[in-house]
Amino acid sequence: MLYREAGQFKTNYRADMAVFPILQDRIGVFLILLVAFAVIPFVGSNFFLHAIMIPFLIFALATIGLNILTGYTGLLSLGTGGFMGVGAYACYKLATVFPEVHILVWVVASGFVSAAVGVVFGLPSLRIKGFYLAVATLASQFFLSWCFIRIPWLVNYNVSNAIEVPRRSLFGIAVTGPDATPQARYLVVLTVVVAMTWIASNLVRGRIGRMWMAVRDMDIAAELMGIRLLNTKLLAFAVSSFYCGVAGALLVFLYYGSAEATAFSINQSFAVLSMVIIGGLGSLVGSFMGAALIFTLPILLPHIMAALGIPIQSATAEQISFMVVGALIIFFLIVEPHGLARLWQIAKQKLRVWPYPY
Amino acid sequence: MRAPDDTTIKAGQTLLSVEDVSLSFGGVKAIRGVSFDIKKGEIRAIIGPNGAGKTSMLNVINGFYHPQEGQITFKGVKRRKMRPHDAATGGIARTFQNVALFRSMTTLDNIMAGRTLKMHSNFFWQLWRYGPAEREEIEHRHKVEEIIDFLEIEHIRRVPVGRLPYGLQKRVELGRALAMEPELLLLDEPMAGMNLEEKEDMCRYIIDVNNHFGTTIALIEHDMGVVMDLANRVVVLDYGQKIADGTPDEVKANQAVIDAYLGVAH
Repeated sequence: MLYREAGQFKTNYRADMAVFPILQDRIGVFLILLVAFAVIPFVGSNFFLHAIMIPFLIFALATIGLNILTGYTGLLSLGTGGFMGVGAYACYKLATVFPEVHILVWVVASGFVSAAVGVVFGLPSLRIKGFYLAVATLASQFFLSWCFIRIPWLVNYNVSNAIEVPRRSLFGIAVTGPDATPQARYLVVLTVVVAMTWIASNLVRGRIGRMWMAVRDMDIAAELMGIRLLNTKLLAFAVSSFYCGVAGALLVFLYYGSAEATAFSINQSFAVLSMVIIGGLGSLVGSFMGAALIFTLPILLPHIMAALGIPIQSATAEQISFMVVGALIIFFLIVEPHGLARLWQIAKQKLRVWPYPY
Repeated sequence: MRAPDDTTIKAGQTLLSVEDVSLSFGGVKAIRGVSFDIKKGEIRAIIGPNGAGKTSMLNVINGFYHPQEGQITFKGVKRRKMRPHDAATGGIARTFQNVALFRSMTTLDNIMAGRTLKMHSNFFWQLWRYGPAEREEIEHRHKVEEIIDFLEIEHIRRVPVGRLPYGLQKRVELGRALAMEPELLLLDEPMAGMNLEEKEDMCRYIIDVNNHFGTTIALIEHDMGVVMDLANRVVVLDYGQKIADGTPDEVKANQAVIDAYLGVAH
């Protein structure tokens, strides 16, 4: 590493248990946040903000949600798309029925709706594990997708059968709807994602995170230590679905602008799951890395190819990115199941001792 | 770390007793009508040949298996069967024959996880890791560091336990059980697969736990030298039945025990 912890002695456990115990890390994170909040919105083009940064952050949030369930608690879920949809439709219903209430209140409230639905579909997790649980969550995905298509009440009986996001504003500036600027939307998304990432890091580092990981690593020992398996798993389902629900609401209100049920199909579940796997199971940083890689790859690929002198059409690029993502997943499953986050750790470790091998 | 206050049961009184416990899995009778007691403050060994039902007995005591017959009295409360959560809150901790640590968590997190039941700050504070949640985390870290100190595993504090050698894993597992501040500590073959030096270390820790914290210990072990030295009383199981019960010397001289271990022509 370019820096190390040498000379930074901890004199109390509070400092020792901090998220970033090393000073240079704290400075680095501060700089990243500074750039994200104060530089990108003013320097980045509308395309960069709207097509890359906003969806990247939202998918990172959904990835954190699934990571809490799959990475930290060890419960495989294929229902992420459905839970995101619950958040989106709940937010739409709430925002149109009570238009005078602040939109961010409804984004958070839709997370709670999604959490409740997640708990219901999480109930079988006490009895079934692994692939069988994945199939059970797959059923929830199909059931929820069916609801989105077949229950017109969810979209206020729109003829298009789609969510049409109304205009809502924050401090007098439009943040949703057609006339919201990418800058405003980006800042709202960034604030929500940063706050929720911080909360997730608090949870996974504390008692609750240890309970989740204990259940993941050795559920029998966890149970005999007095950890109630059902409660712990349901809490993981609730928190995970909350994150996915908020991500779904943000996705529709601040990115798509309007959405049909297909936006929350099984494909979305697989996309988020591959972000979790490639980013790193059980890592919050990995969630961002995975979302960045999987989401930006199809967008950047044509540009990279063009730069290499191989012009390709966007349809071809999409096909190629499917292949690349598939190959990457297989590569990671074989070579480094802990994903980009582990590679990042290994790289840091190697740099620390460089130029010596160990 | 100190022994939990318990005014109701004093040293030498019965802490736990099992009466006429029978456990079967389908047609296989693992335990047949076994009764014995564990007195507070003692080291009680459970021995017997392989498949005698020793581990099943521990599983019955901490509620992982539910016996078909019999009853279990723990701290004066008579039960048909234990439940894992009741056993844990009541102060029964255990280690496992095959190390059952949380492999991808660090030593520190494993032992911190052992204190889950002692931590009470609610979800709201946990979200912000502030106020009670943070205070509690630091307070329990102190206790955990005492255990780490006691077991001399400071150097592996931040190492994921999956990467540790077997002997150290066993020690971390003991640490995790101690973190629960148990009244009754069940040790399932704590010295299996260890070399002599590691065995001696482990024996010292067991004696220290028993002496300093007054923790009652039930111990399954195959090394007879260890059992005879450590245990105050020994119960011998064979084919799910109790064949002897008494001090190490009595058990050693018991003909049924000798037959069970050496085999006898019927």
